[in-house]
Amino acid sequence: MFKKDRWIEIIEVFNANPFRTFLTAFGVFWGIFILVVLLALTTGLRNGVSKDFGDFATNSMFMWGQGTSKPYKGLPKGRRVQFKLEDAAVLKDKLPQLKFVSPKGQLGGYNGANNVTRNEKTGAFTVSGDYPEYIEQQPMDITAGRFINYSDINEKRKGVVIGDGVVSSLFDVGEDPIGDYIKINGVNFMVIGTFLSPSSSGGNAEEEANTIYVPFTTFNQVFNRGDNVGWFAITAHDGTSITELKPRILEIMREQRTIDPTDERAIGNFDRSEAFGRVTGLFDILKFVGFFVGGLILASGMVGIINILLISVKERTNEIGVRRALGASPWNIRGQIIQESLTLTIISGMTGIAAGAGVIWLMNYALSQSGPVDNFANPSVNIFVVVIALIILIISGISAGLIPAVRATQMKPVDALKTE
Amino acid sequence: MIEINELHKSYQTGANSLHVLKGINFSVKEGEMVSIMGSSGSGKSTFLNILGMLDEADEGTYFLDGKPIRNLNEKVAAKYRNQFLGFIFQSFNLINYKTALDNVALPLYYQGVKRAERTEKAMHYLEKVGLSQWATHLPNQLSGGQKQRVAIARALASDPKVLLADEPTGALDTKTSYEVMELIQKINDEGKTILLVTHEDDIAHMTKRIVNLKDGLIIDDSIVTQVRADEAQRKAAAHV
Repeated sequence: MFKKDRWIEIIEVFNANPFRTFLTAFGVFWGIFILVVLLALTTGLRNGVSKDFGDFATNSMFMWGQGTSKPYKGLPKGRRVQFKLEDAAVLKDKLPQLKFVSPKGQLGGYNGANNVTRNEKTGAFTVSGDYPEYIEQQPMDITAGRFINYSDINEKRKGVVIGDGVVSSLFDVGEDPIGDYIKINGVNFMVIGTFLSPSSSGGNAEEEANTIYVPFTTFNQVFNRGDNVGWFAITAHDGTSITELKPRILEIMREQRTIDPTDERAIGNFDRSEAFGRVTGLFDILKFVGFFVGGLILASGMVGIINILLISVKERTNEIGVRRALGASPWNIRGQIIQESLTLTIISGMTGIAAGAGVIWLMNYALSQSGPVDNFANPSVNIFVVVIALIILIISGISAGLIPAVRATQMKPVDALKTE
Repeated sequence: MIEINELHKSYQTGANSLHVLKGINFSVKEGEMVSIMGSSGSGKSTFLNILGMLDEADEGTYFLDGKPIRNLNEKVAAKYRNQFLGFIFQSFNLINYKTALDNVALPLYYQGVKRAERTEKAMHYLEKVGLSQWATHLPNQLSGGQKQRVAIARALASDPKVLLADEPTGALDTKTSYEVMELIQKINDEGKTILLVTHEDDIAHMTKRIVNLKDGLIIDDSIVTQVRADEAQRKAAAHV
């Protein structure tokens, strides 16, 4: 089937009517081009929004104490709920599905009052008391030094890990912060590490960059927190959903803190997995729309190619009659027409994919030149999707050729010859 | 070479059946040059198409070079057409996007002959019809007579047993017609069996045997003295 002579025949046929060949090819080219670009755009949107969502582990929840709304066991309502350090151990003990239960304490806040000084420089930063596991939940790039470790926790060392925003406000350019000291609420801490927040845009990133991490035990001692915990960041093991565990967690916490089991408002929480699920659900719909619309455009391209092939084969009925009179077997004719349509669809489909990839490259280039854009990042197309599209093209290419080819060879040669 | 017995053919047109060939008995020996004559509707074209395996008979037997032609599948029919028959059509039926040389080479392509050998053979036949210098021209750059000579070269290319010509001069003026007939006579002189359909008396008399068809039956089959086309041409020129 793939002999050189056949290819010469096919090129001759294409050259016989170059404009028609171009139009046929263009329908397929356009269909697959739109499909690729549409899918790349939805992926870009998804990536962008996911990025703004931050890098915090998805299968996580946050939990903090609020005021009780019901009296319980002689305790009045409106009582402030205060988590304790022991709650972490109880949670991990009762729910082995939990990967991390990180107690957190916080001082100051985003856009708060100045609380940190170094020599004559001051700044307002979020000071967070944390355990070493926290870096597993909230990934960050340690640019120098290290993150908090268990020696810091056990010995209650006064060491801090500071974000790049803190570094640039408190240190001069070129100064090495590691080993230097900063004062938080009048207490001296040594800088043991610096980090760069991996999120690149949005308010989150700015807040992260202006965060100072202190060992949790140090934090509680220095700022007189006893064994209080501000809030918990909880991550479940892969394979278990935090959303399913959440009622159990809240139940245990209510028991721990002597809260009415039906008091829904005493403990506040934010289920990251659920929120993320909502957004990804939206993007699944968007992706489906992309596939659907792109697929329809591709289908109309295929209808175009079938249509034009039908017409062109009909026009060539006489020629096919002549070829048969000269000794062409039906499969010879069919094979040639199928190979023609296959060649045309594959070449134009590949060109469409290549052009789509070119557009994706241009978008990425523009993004890298202009810097990050909100809600849009890294548009791309799954190679698997491209392969599927190509297979669809090949199948429809074969059927697009087969229909007119069978028609052309079913009539008697004498009838084909009579057709003008 | 050709043996035909009680050949019948009818066409279905709606509810009516049109009986075109009503029992033809006919035979041709190797090296003969036969013209089939008849008014339009006499069935002469249908007859030729059946001989050429472009159409199928309803009844009767047909032997071509000793082989029975009956209920052949298209693959075998295509092979037989390629090996045994060469076609010359009234409207030339050249493939318009192929050069004269490639048109002539086409039957050899279907025979599976290699490209170099094909080109060489096709060139040989183009030379034979006196068109070697037109080899790379497309059909629309050739005159009617030249086109028909390319078609003749194409019909000869696969070295068939029988040449079938359906009104080969029907689209040509008298002078060109005689030139084409001169070529066909020359080919017959070399021993090729030729059958041609025509309704022109002068063309028919340039063959060696005339078969007359009327209403689907052979009414006359007689040997004639061949008029040489070059002489007829000279005569015509002298007359003017």
